Amino acid sequence: MNAVLASIPRVYANGPAIRLLPRLDPDNEFFWTAGRDGVLRFLRCRSCRQFIHPPVPRCPECLSDDLAPEAVSGRATVHSFTVNHQQWIPGSDPYVIGLVSIDEQPDVRLMTNLVDCEPDDSLVGSPVEVVFEQSDNVFLPLFRPASTRPEGRP
Amino acid sequence: MSPAAPAERQAAITGIGQSQVGRRLGRTDLDLTLDACLDAIADAGLTRDDIDGLATYPGGGLGTGGFAGPGTPEVQDALRLKLNWHDGGSEGPGQMRAVIAACFAIAAGAARHVLVYRTVTESTAQGEGGRQGIGGSGGGSGGVPRFGGFLQWSLPFGAVSAVNWIALVGQRRVHEFGLTREQLAHVALNGRRNAALNPKAIYREPMTLDDYLAARMISSPLCLFDCDAPCDGSTALVVSHADYAPDAPHPACHVNAVGTALRGRPSWDQFDDMTSMAARDAAASMWERTELGPTDVDIAQLYDGFSVLPLVWLEALGFCGRGESGPFVDGGSRIALDGELPLNTAGGQLSAGRLHGFGLLHEACVQLRGEGGERQVPGRHEVAAVANGGGPIAGTMLLTRGSG
Ligand SMILES: [Zn+2]
Repeated sequence: MNAVLASIPRVYANGPAIRLLPRLDPDNEFFWTAGRDGVLRFLRCRSCRQFIHPPVPRCPECLSDDLAPEAVSGRATVHSFTVNHQQWIPGSDPYVIGLVSIDEQPDVRLMTNLVDCEPDDSLVGSPVEVVFEQSDNVFLPLFRPASTRPEGRP
Repeated sequence: MSPAAPAERQAAITGIGQSQVGRRLGRTDLDLTLDACLDAIADAGLTRDDIDGLATYPGGGLGTGGFAGPGTPEVQDALRLKLNWHDGGSEGPGQMRAVIAACFAIAAGAARHVLVYRTVTESTAQGEGGRQGIGGSGGGSGGVPRFGGFLQWSLPFGAVSAVNWIALVGQRRVHEFGLTREQLAHVALNGRRNAALNPKAIYREPMTLDDYLAARMISSPLCLFDCDAPCDGSTALVVSHADYAPDAPHPACHVNAVGTALRGRPSWDQFDDMTSMAARDAAASMWERTELGPTDVDIAQLYDGFSVLPLVWLEALGFCGRGESGPFVDGGSRIALDGELPLNTAGGQLSAGRLHGFGLLHEACVQLRGEGGERQVPGRHEVAAVANGGGPIAGTMLLTRGSG
């Protein structure tokens, strides 16, 4: 791995040249616009306290429909990643696609872009924190290496 | 295992057929499909009047980029089939869903001889429009489309192709099991070696480890040679009631067990074990339906849309322990034609072409029948395991050689 990674440019884009965006609906709108105030939110069941992702109308664990978006710390752990080189979207420089597990409930994962990071094998398992990128009316949650002192988020 | 034999034991593959396979053939999907279907019907010792069932994956209406092939109505009409049962669809245990559905239809008495086909013209489509990432078409400023459903969770981050999603599986295996590029390479090199003995294979020229390591990255850790080769071609099978097997001209390939389970969350990002995903469930459910076990298997045809997937399948099917598939394939001797578990003996999709699961199924039958010619496995060829799919999509089948 290392020989090949050494030949890869050390500067990466934050993502593809064109952001293909989600279509907002009543279930997902809170998630994709949560970054408006810089806070990542997930749907949570008020009955069994499970975080639920992707958002659905009823808790898959206990079937309660008493669900509401709830803020999380924005801190997560890198579960896996890949550096994309193929020009699926013309004009894109290599970018890092990450899969992260949120600290509050690690079985909730997000596909994302990892930014300001060195994508070597040690990246998996490392702590990251959310940073939002606005595109039209959507706030995409991206993740960067976590600062040593977590910011004071709710 | 339950006292009653599983329903799929009532089915056998009695005929196999395949069209011309190649790059940019410029022939229509229906044209290729009819070649394969007529080939399979004749191979089964039948005529089209005997065919009373028809099935395909994924069915018509998904016809972008040469992926889908013709739907069952087109094929029924082209062959003027009189059908008691027909089915086409994309949801289920991988591409193999069409064959498994045919087995169950036969067991249920809905049909006696089911023609099953899978056709791709992705190479011709590529020539017309370039290989597309999933959902990656129709971009551009001002008119950028929006995406709902599962694609909304990956496309915004440029994870637009299956190779991106599978690369996440690969890198997780690097982290958990120490997977190396050299180990991945041996899956690709094995395919290339076998493809040299398959006249229909897309890539037949020798490939070395250095060639592999020098190839450009697509989505790390997967390079160009970790990705299968888009092609044009059609594969067809006749799945018959097993009581026809003694009358078939060739040894029938009996369906011993199928694996159809999906027990984890059905998505690329939320599945509990990223290193196995649905392969774990499909394989487990297959072994729950048979008295045979992994050590009974002589030949493995394991889906290799990407080189990491056969590694996933080797573990899921119990040919080695969890995390041990890298060392299992390292050096290539265990999976070679004369190895302890010959793998993807026609070259797999990596070198023979992306016939989307059905090429592997076809080759399993060729080997069980002993018709592999130069690439026939030299030892016992009584039991073959076939696996389709990757990520949250998976199906398996265990085939045994009939007498005759
Ligand atoms: Zn609940």
